[in-house]
Amino acid sequence: MKIKKLILEPLFKNNPITLQILGLCSALAVTVQLKNVLVMCGAVIMVTGLSNMSVSIIRNYVPSAIRIIIQMTIIASLVIIADQFLKAFFFEASKTLAVYVGLIITNCIVMGRTEAFGMKNPPLASLIDGIGNGLGYSLILIIVAVLREFFGSGNLLGFEILTLAKNGGWYIPNGMMILPPSAFIIIGCIIWVFRTKDPSQVEDN
Amino acid sequence: MLEHYFSIIIKAIFIENLALSFFLGMCTFIAVSKKVSTSLGLGVAVIVVQTITIPVNNLIYNYLLRDGALSWAGYGHLDLSFLGLISYIAVIAAMVQILEMFLDKFVPKLYNTLGIFLPLITVNCAILGGSLFMVERDYTFVESVSYGVGSGIGWALAIIALAGIKEKLDYSDIPIGLRGLGITFITTGLMAIVFMAFAGISL
Repeated sequence: MKIKKLILEPLFKNNPITLQILGLCSALAVTVQLKNVLVMCGAVIMVTGLSNMSVSIIRNYVPSAIRIIIQMTIIASLVIIADQFLKAFFFEASKTLAVYVGLIITNCIVMGRTEAFGMKNPPLASLIDGIGNGLGYSLILIIVAVLREFFGSGNLLGFEILTLAKNGGWYIPNGMMILPPSAFIIIGCIIWVFRTKDPSQVEDN
Repeated sequence: MLEHYFSIIIKAIFIENLALSFFLGMCTFIAVSKKVSTSLGLGVAVIVVQTITIPVNNLIYNYLLRDGALSWAGYGHLDLSFLGLISYIAVIAAMVQILEMFLDKFVPKLYNTLGIFLPLITVNCAILGGSLFMVERDYTFVESVSYGVGSGIGWALAIIALAGIKEKLDYSDIPIGLRGLGITFITTGLMAIVFMAFAGISL
């Protein structure tokens, strides 16, 4: 019961992107193509889960004055592992993601969860909370990427769904969707939908 | 020569603005931009930290980490560039800490104005992103100083502009679900489109 709650809560009720304002940079920059997003989400879920668990294991032995530096070291080591792994097995994707894999270190989801959850809860619950928040982040990224790739280039995962006008089909791609600012507007609209469904998330003006 | 460094600064402020073209430092950008005065403080802090950390990381990369960089110590065959991420973040955390102690002792007025924003800067991805772009573009030391100044100013300019718009938005009638975060995202999106007008300029 508790495990189910830890996984499901960050998906809709307490989503890291739409409610906690964590981890926005990569959400906006990598979402042009669905393939890159899937690679990125895998890396983020791995890092949030494992760093939350590691921090939770040593939480009783760390003096609070130096906890930030210790958390940073753990997170940075995990991100280096993810970065080297991607370079070895997904070289193409790691080239297009460029600096954004390294920026998982300062992706506030990771730090935010270790600070808010990992420092106070036992390892297994922390692992699940980390994975749950990683999934909540992935959910929004995947929605944005599907919309942007589908309308921006008529493809999904690189396969042509709508035949483009220049290939003898009928669809004229919406160039706006390829441009990065469209991600902001799509996320703004996702937030609008989420808050209309669940009015308790609405803020005062 | 001077012209070259000047064009790096202008490019970093307008054409390659860290906040509005690369979307770095977005979490703080969206969360802290409620008032012009606070965003001014945060902007100044970012400029200072950016101007110090990017050149320092440039020295570390060129004289310790890159392939063959250790030849001055007789270890020319070593390539430590995989340690990059952990070294840059350590430098940033240390620099922020030192800066905090220095300001507390010698410029208490500025220290009080910046307050909580100084430690928060460690996890602002604009700072780490700046260092990573510096490495990727292979800047020399002087180029990295100009890039640090320019990218800091660009980020500060963007957050102050957004805070100004948000203060005005207080008086408008926004659909209930969009209030707060939603409208901030859409405003930022429109600002980013405006900044794309600079994209065609080549320096």
